[in-house]
Amino acid sequence: MVKQNKIIEPEATGMLKSKKRGYILQAWLVLTLALCFGASLAGVQLTLGPTIEENKINETRQKVPELVLGAEKAQKIEEQGQALFIEPHTISIEKPGKKISYSVYEARLNEELIGWVLKTAGQGYADKIELLLGLDPQAKTITGLFILEQKETPGLGNKIITEAWRKQFINKDTGRQLIVVKKGTKALNEIDAITGATISSRAVTGLVNTAIGDLKGSLVAKASHNQPTKDE
Amino acid sequence: MVDQPTPLERFVQGILPENPVYRQLLGLCPTLAVTNGMKAAVTMSCAVAFVLLCANVITSLIRNLLKPHLRIVIFTLTIATFVTIADRFLAAYMYQMSKTLGPYIPLIIVNCIIICRCEVCASKQSVLTAASDALGQSIGFALALSSIAAVREILGTGMFFGWRVLPISWPDWVIMVLPPGAFLTFGILLGTVNWIGSYRSEKSGNR
Repeated sequence: MVKQNKIIEPEATGMLKSKKRGYILQAWLVLTLALCFGASLAGVQLTLGPTIEENKINETRQKVPELVLGAEKAQKIEEQGQALFIEPHTISIEKPGKKISYSVYEARLNEELIGWVLKTAGQGYADKIELLLGLDPQAKTITGLFILEQKETPGLGNKIITEAWRKQFINKDTGRQLIVVKKGTKALNEIDAITGATISSRAVTGLVNTAIGDLKGSLVAKASHNQPTKDE
Repeated sequence: MVDQPTPLERFVQGILPENPVYRQLLGLCPTLAVTNGMKAAVTMSCAVAFVLLCANVITSLIRNLLKPHLRIVIFTLTIATFVTIADRFLAAYMYQMSKTLGPYIPLIIVNCIIICRCEVCASKQSVLTAASDALGQSIGFALALSSIAAVREILGTGMFFGWRVLPISWPDWVIMVLPPGAFLTFGILLGTVNWIGSYRSEKSGNR
């Protein structure tokens, strides 16, 4: 009785061992291809990355007037042939455990500071959401919101790019945290969630809250510093 | 042994007789999603053609090394690589179009036309046959996409490739540009194709 059991066992373990070895051997093609493809993708990213960044910066610059002044005023200024002076800054914030750098665009019209545009990014429902946030010179109210990049679910989460949803943020007080609610907004600091896309709505609102929290202080400081004399 | 199809045969078959959209009903997600304008449809077709051609050629080159249980992993890996290249390329040189197409470019990875062609054709045929199969199928896909996009854009906006073709007085059928328009157009066109097909076979075969 005992013997019979022992006959099977060594064979079974032997097979298992050779099978395990076989799996690794069989996977060589997958591993090699993964390495080759990874390397070529790195190459593609290195060559095209700068161009893509440039495209995004160009788009950001185009959006600055609208974000700071609102669509109507921005168009008026363009018709009058005036152009905003846009100066990019990088503001770094020390947070416990990490350091975050924000790209901030300072918008000036006729030497006068008219507002700020912050660029921030974070995890959405599907992928990274990258957005631009317009603030008035004293960083007291939100003047505009634009989604630069998103890959949210078509038909649900990607409604964050619609003007109807984005314009809720305009004229919101930066002194209070914005809250996402599901059934109609009551308080001033509430944002109506998109039906079926609460996570995307929360992600955007969270990004806005964090960016304001991180940067408000430095923007106010910069604004008062910049007011009397033009300063680089 | 079954006769191996010739490259020319594969090429011709892909365009109409085995059209990926109208005959095989594959890749319907982009077919419905990005056909509200000709420009988007053409860009999408080009991206799919690029990915399909590259994936078919690579799969065909390594077809003798493929293990049956690992083949899907390898197909997906290959397809994902070329889709990423296409996505980055669009973002660099056609930024606005890449924003319009949004997530549908990355979604080519799961487009079943490509994985189907890798599985059915490229993993069993020579490089030349696989490449001509890819070209035929891509042309078939492009034709299907542009036929739907043409109907939707012309009826929905009165324009074709952004050029006005219907008089200004044309009341734009906005629904054609919206998602329901995709289903309506696709259903009607698919019905027409099937009707023509059955009419033909009735005429030639059954009498």
